[in-house]
Amino acid sequence: MAERKQPWSLSGALRSMFGSRTIDEDTWQDLEDALLGADFGPDITDALVSELRNSVERYRTTDPGDLRRMLGEALEERFAKLDPTLRLTNRPAVVLVVGVNGVGKTTTIGKFAKFLVNHGRSVLVGAADTFRAAAVEQLATWAERGGAQIVKPVQAGQDPASVAFQTVEKAQRDGIDIVLIDTAGRLQTKSGLMDELSKIKRVIQKQCEIAEVLLVLDATTGQNGVAQAEAFIEHAGVTGLVLTKLDGSARGGFVLAVQERTGIPIKLVGQGEGIGDLTGFTPHVFVQNLLD
Amino acid sequence: MATFTDLTDRLSEAFKKLRGKGKLSPADVDGTVREIRRALLEADVALEVVKQFTANVRERALSDDVNKALNPAQQVVQIVNDELVGILGGAQRRIQFAKKPPTVIMLAGLQGAGKTTLAGKLAKWLASEGHTPLLVAADLQRPNAVTQLQVVGEQAGVQVWAPEPGNGKGNPVKVAKDGVKEAQRRQFDVVIIDTAGRLGVDTELMKQASDIRKATEPDEVLFVIDAMIGQDAVATAKAFQDGVDFTGVVLTKLDGDTKGGAALSVASVTGRPIMFASTGEALGDFEPFYPDRMASRILDLGDILTLIEQAQKTFDQEEALKVAEKLATDSFTLEDFLSQMQQLKNMGSIKGMLGMLPGAKGMRQQLENFDEREITRTEAIIQSMTPAERKQPKLLNGSRRLRIAKGSGATVTDVNSLMTRFEQAAKMMKTVAKGGVPQVPGMGPMPGASFGGVKKQQGKKKTSKSGNPAKRAAEEAAMAAGTFTKPSAGSSFGLGAKPNTAPSAQDLETINRMLGR
Repeated sequence: MAERKQPWSLSGALRSMFGSRTIDEDTWQDLEDALLGADFGPDITDALVSELRNSVERYRTTDPGDLRRMLGEALEERFAKLDPTLRLTNRPAVVLVVGVNGVGKTTTIGKFAKFLVNHGRSVLVGAADTFRAAAVEQLATWAERGGAQIVKPVQAGQDPASVAFQTVEKAQRDGIDIVLIDTAGRLQTKSGLMDELSKIKRVIQKQCEIAEVLLVLDATTGQNGVAQAEAFIEHAGVTGLVLTKLDGSARGGFVLAVQERTGIPIKLVGQGEGIGDLTGFTPHVFVQNLLD
Repeated sequence: MATFTDLTDRLSEAFKKLRGKGKLSPADVDGTVREIRRALLEADVALEVVKQFTANVRERALSDDVNKALNPAQQVVQIVNDELVGILGGAQRRIQFAKKPPTVIMLAGLQGAGKTTLAGKLAKWLASEGHTPLLVAADLQRPNAVTQLQVVGEQAGVQVWAPEPGNGKGNPVKVAKDGVKEAQRRQFDVVIIDTAGRLGVDTELMKQASDIRKATEPDEVLFVIDAMIGQDAVATAKAFQDGVDFTGVVLTKLDGDTKGGAALSVASVTGRPIMFASTGEALGDFEPFYPDRMASRILDLGDILTLIEQAQKTFDQEEALKVAEKLATDSFTLEDFLSQMQQLKNMGSIKGMLGMLPGAKGMRQQLENFDEREITRTEAIIQSMTPAERKQPKLLNGSRRLRIAKGSGATVTDVNSLMTRFEQAAKMMKTVAKGGVPQVPGMGPMPGASFGGVKKQQGKKKTSKSGNPAKRAAEEAAMAAGTFTKPSAGSSFGLGAKPNTAPSAQDLETINRMLGR
């Protein structure tokens, strides 16, 4: 896998399909397998395959090359349905970062802070993950690397909402452009913790508008991603998705299902362990990488 | 979650077509197998595993080797369940401790799989089993992973060996090696090495893990994997098997609502046993892995056989005979009523039992409304009576009822309503005993159950059962006998069988369909 340029590309799975001369039943089987293998899930896979079958019929083509182009267009069209632009025009623009455990929230904040600092914005991060052991220290290290200031809890186990409050307060006082708030990872089934998230959101909203609530999703996640998104949308009012760990062998196809089911756009993509490896989401580039 | 019921519905649909057929035709099997394939994919089981699995199911369903006692739909369910449990639990085992301590356990896995937290849980669990674990902080990659391990170690009350501050500095191989030496010197009997998370495609970090393995010669290498992982599970597991070669698997984050198909993928592709499951955020949320639970989680097929076993174990026939005798002699007392209720309680949580049934997911709402404490309250009331009162309920006058109510923390109204229920039950049972209604609620259609030799007792058992409303309600719902000859019975007792808690006709139909009735 390592020899490929984009390890998460579908190309390996699609090679045999596009290598054949004509489009036959095997081609469709390969296509279905490739899409399922990329975590697109049975529903979207079925929809895509039947859509492509129709197109192939309509244009009366037997060239797998055409099919590949059509696949690219179909995927791009689906990915591009929603606007991936981040809205950070408020001052301060408050961004709340949420997600289940271990998806890379803290790392994403570190990278995002660096990205924003590089673009000349002043950034303040709030360590509202007061639950996990050493989460505050981990964030502090990232903030230092990214050149951002940090607000830490005054005491261990402090209410996360109060840390968020203090962070926004400091940003307003010091005239900081962008505030990133880290929250503790929580499984979407823990209703108590999800309520805590609603509280953090309520508390911040008393001070100012929240610019973005970003839900971080791990590319290796399977179909449970949709359930995660739905729960976080209900409790935290998610406005954008961040897909992390795309540097592995997972392709994160489930985000398409998430985007389509929830109507929340993918906004950022994390593709590596380096601090500069977070980029905005561009459907065209994403699909190209997926297919090449 | 909508997807939970999806499979049951679709399988019911597929099974409906199989109804009434004596033998499975290839076309029947294909239809069912297609639905199972889809369900497995939705549960995130890896595609290649799904293909192999469905091929096996198909082959077995078409072979002559099927259990003739079951109808076609039941045959398929049984085959699917057997195969699932076979893969998940084929090679279950515990941690193997070294003959000469310390036993070295190394943890490996993707980033964010939960290794560091798991290290703490494992240490705490080992300590509770009488071992003296030492945690070794060899994750020098992730910012403050070392600090996290120290905090976790403190919470678990175990020692942590962390000579390097981490954050990219220091040599993890050396730390691991020194950690083992340190354990030997200070006489710890288990060493748990927390390593940096790595991606399957990261050859450099994989080499580091492999070096740690070579340097410390661990007795167990546990591959920690997030239960929520999707199709990538196979690629990741293979990469780790080639890179470090693990001896066992730990599933984390099983407390979410993921179906955890990854468990099946990993067990099937690597042939390594799943040893533990981590089910929550607290350090105590850690348990050995149960293949049967996982099987029913992935496919929601329920565990009908367990249910039968439990039922058979609890309702011992001696007791049943005794009650039947009493019925015949018309001396059914509150004591019998109570003992039946206690038998029912012995079967475990009624909600849990109902949850084991295929199709029961649709009844969740109703299950939520079912109040098991009602049984306890009834029990309290009866136990507050004197033996004489229990034998002769007619003794109960106003002042006795007041005393009983006070004694059991209930109100006189509660006592009265219990008495009404009891009278109705006794009356109804008398009728049944005389009439000898042939159906046996809950026992008839169960797959795998053999009733050949106990026919006579069944008839009697039947009567005893129907006497206890709660038991009857539970059994009717749980076992889905579908023999509702006395629809008024359940509700009139009120014991948990409030009108809205009884399964609706539709639910029952679904269950019956599932069971191929």
